[in-house]
Amino acid sequence: MPLMGKKNFRYLNKRITRLDAVDKVTGRAVYAADVEFPGMIYGGCLRSPYAHANIVRMDTSKAKAIPGVRAVLTADDVAKPTSWADYPYLCSGTVRYVGETVAIVAADTLDLVQDALRAIEVDYEELEGVYTIEEAIKDDAIQIRAHGVGLKDGVPNKDVKGNIFYDSYFPIRKGDVGKGFAEADIIVEREYKTNFVEHSYIETESCVVMQDPVDGVVTAHASAQNPFFTRRYLADASGAPFNKCRVVQRMLGGSFGGKEELVGMIVGRSAMLCLATGKPVKMVMTREESFMESPKRHPFHFHYKAGLKKDGTIVAWEGSQIDNSGAYNNQTQFMNCRAAIHSAGAYDIPHVKTDTYGVYTNNIHGGAFRGYSSPQIIFAQEQFMNEIAKELGMDDVELRRKNILVQGDLTATGQELVEETITLEMIDHMVEATDYYKKKEAYAKTKNNKEKRKGIALVSCYRGCGYGAETPDAGAAMCTANEDGSILINSGLAENGQGLKTAYAQIAAEGIGCTPDRINFVGVDTHSIPDSGMTVASRGTVMGAQSMRKASLELGAMLKDTAGKMLGVDPEYVDIKDNEYFISCKEVNQERIVRGAASLEIIPVDENGHFLNEQGKQCSIHDTVSMADVCNTRLWTGKSLAAFNWSEPRDLGLDHHTGQGDAFPTYSYGVVVAEVEVDMETGFVDVLKVTSGHDVGTCVNPDTVEGQIYGGIAMGQGLGVTEEVPVHKGQLGSKNFDSYIFPTAMDVPEMEAIIFECEDKEGTYGAKSLGEPATEAVGAAIAAAIADAKGEPVREIPCNLERALLGRTLK
Amino acid sequence: MTLNMVVNRKPVSVEIEPYARLLDVLRTQLKLTGAKEGCGIGECGACTVILDGETVDSCITLAASCEGKSIETIEGISDGDQLHPVQQAFVEHNAMQCGFCIPGLVLSGKNILDKYPEADRERIVEAISGNLCRCTGYKQVVDAIEDAKDKIDE
Repeated sequence: MPLMGKKNFRYLNKRITRLDAVDKVTGRAVYAADVEFPGMIYGGCLRSPYAHANIVRMDTSKAKAIPGVRAVLTADDVAKPTSWADYPYLCSGTVRYVGETVAIVAADTLDLVQDALRAIEVDYEELEGVYTIEEAIKDDAIQIRAHGVGLKDGVPNKDVKGNIFYDSYFPIRKGDVGKGFAEADIIVEREYKTNFVEHSYIETESCVVMQDPVDGVVTAHASAQNPFFTRRYLADASGAPFNKCRVVQRMLGGSFGGKEELVGMIVGRSAMLCLATGKPVKMVMTREESFMESPKRHPFHFHYKAGLKKDGTIVAWEGSQIDNSGAYNNQTQFMNCRAAIHSAGAYDIPHVKTDTYGVYTNNIHGGAFRGYSSPQIIFAQEQFMNEIAKELGMDDVELRRKNILVQGDLTATGQELVEETITLEMIDHMVEATDYYKKKEAYAKTKNNKEKRKGIALVSCYRGCGYGAETPDAGAAMCTANEDGSILINSGLAENGQGLKTAYAQIAAEGIGCTPDRINFVGVDTHSIPDSGMTVASRGTVMGAQSMRKASLELGAMLKDTAGKMLGVDPEYVDIKDNEYFISCKEVNQERIVRGAASLEIIPVDENGHFLNEQGKQCSIHDTVSMADVCNTRLWTGKSLAAFNWSEPRDLGLDHHTGQGDAFPTYSYGVVVAEVEVDMETGFVDVLKVTSGHDVGTCVNPDTVEGQIYGGIAMGQGLGVTEEVPVHKGQLGSKNFDSYIFPTAMDVPEMEAIIFECEDKEGTYGAKSLGEPATEAVGAAIAAAIADAKGEPVREIPCNLERALLGRTLK
Repeated sequence: MTLNMVVNRKPVSVEIEPYARLLDVLRTQLKLTGAKEGCGIGECGACTVILDGETVDSCITLAASCEGKSIETIEGISDGDQLHPVQQAFVEHNAMQCGFCIPGLVLSGKNILDKYPEADRERIVEAISGNLCRCTGYKQVVDAIEDAKDKIDE
């Protein structure tokens, strides 16, 4: 079985302590809201209470008159009220969702900020809105964005006006789906739905923006998931060139895809206030503001139709995947690329036709959220697989085994899976490890219980690693040695809590040969390294670290070269252990050393291990030289102590019109088993156990990999059972953690992480994605286990009390 | 008004507004930023401190109500570079990711072991159930607190 631990590395596969562990347990770690500067003032936002309304009058004079209020800005006061990414910093004319910002203020204290916001007078004229996917695609729906398009022959078409976000439309056309359905013995068709979900990172969005009065550089200390992305907002809002806009990422209190657009917006707004007042401006979102303006997991409507042979072979798959994008959007057009690529599940299907697109509504926008559509899609597909199995009278695990993608198969985009693919071994191992069939039989005996019934389910999934065809997966890294033998590493990718700094230190240690505790990684400062894209798509290790691997290997070779000169042998006979270089020589017992691989030249060694090198200098095979001495020698002999690498991915080549071609460099695979108990009198779902198996290619650090898997289980439990931001005509029904419920320590199930490894040449040292895979199939597995317990399918999540009990919500 | 309290074993006197929250006094006036604000309504526990031996949410604790009381924050539980056994166990068990909730979780873990040195897993889980964490799934956190049990000097 390809379980973790059979690979041979110095510092990978090891439980190395996190670089930031002590800072985090002592409270010393500085998050953006902890940052203070002399003369700092505070910023705040005035938000629309309406989902769709015209602003008919705005009067800021009373707010401006309050002593201690330094600036009150509306769209009329700034050069660029709308950001480069669709979202307005300051709205004018028409507001399109509840919480849209119409004015910003800066004042000496937070109390004065509140006074100023209350003193601004705004009159609105409320408009009819569009809120749901069904409403948005109706022929007679009012159009809420000028560039929205409509449907023609069932697919988005630019010749028709409507609410569809055309750039987010991705079709997949593989084979001939009509032919496939004609060959089918049975056709199954179902619909599924998901709802708005909140990231719920515990740190709200925060920043301090200041301008250096001497050189004019505008600096944002921000809770930015993607500092270079945030810099775009800083430059946009301040009007300064990028080389005078600097974003320093502070310790990030969770993000999961969420600290992109809202962090950009508050950095932009704070920059406007900073430039207007000449003072450092701090802006920290309240939890309620974070709920109102931060992006949500896109709600999806799925319609799937599959054609099957009697033996369970899927021959055709057709579907539509429509997501609610909210009023403004700069994410759906990237996310839906991934959603389309994965629209036919982890299965080998010859004929596929799917259409994926987003619609504009008068809601808060959908955005990136751990999985980037996959938790919703896998929920729907895996429930569908179980419903298919039921129609066929077939065991659902067998249905998966029959159709799951294996090495050599073609994905829905026609990409051949050339790398090792261990899906069948994983399914078999998970069945055995969880005692699946025995439990299935035992739980079946609870099916007639009036009170509590148990259920178990296994789901499978796969995920394209990194950016793939969304955008080029390139990035920079730099490794610098210092004269004392310590190492500084730097990267354009960011520590977001996932453990990237630690993983990168291990990868750099592997390349350099030093111990990971010699390595420090301060964090991303946009003035110190080139833009390397975003820390998203679970790309940090698999693709983002390729440049770190290459730079560290280069620096390691440079140091070894000097160590060889100091030891008197060719560098190829130098090795390093515990930060000491030594002569690596298997012939010590024969009292000779071999140098010059091609010539196999043998140099005699005396009884004390002494030999004469080429320069006639006496050396000993017992000599060692420390990293510090090597680095110091390089410094004072004028040799470079740094290596920079820019790593570019190989070309893929996905045709976005047909959705055919290579979509990702490689794929990671997951199999998750969930066990639940459903209280048939209250609808309460107790998640008993989740066993989560992941093929990570190469496990860089088992501690942090397990941490990702456990956290992913908890997040998937929330998605499956409790988490929904209820939205009624654009108004959020939950704005804080009193009514938005995600798992506490008392709610989480028993958890087991199973780590698989395989040979894969694409990722860094063979590593594959894990951050998003860790959560993407958990909600699906829990929903399927609930369906197993109840004996009825689950077609909408979260499967909260009402849905578990009644199969619907009480309006 | 003047507030007199003991913070991390040292007496302090601060001028506060009568409506000030303990969290703001700690973070803004005493510069103890280890306590974090996550929700402002006493739900997430990121602002947890120990007040006269009980964990409280400092975001919903009126500072004025702390007159004459003793407060322990995350900054006060280690001895110089010597981490408290609960902190050390968090480090060893990788019981953190983003770290924002960790000061609160460490204090809840320390306090339950102060009160019940033999606390079992169930009691530990209950003791930290007021501390929301979005990253870890709590498993390594509970493992760490359990492990620290045997390492605390009486």
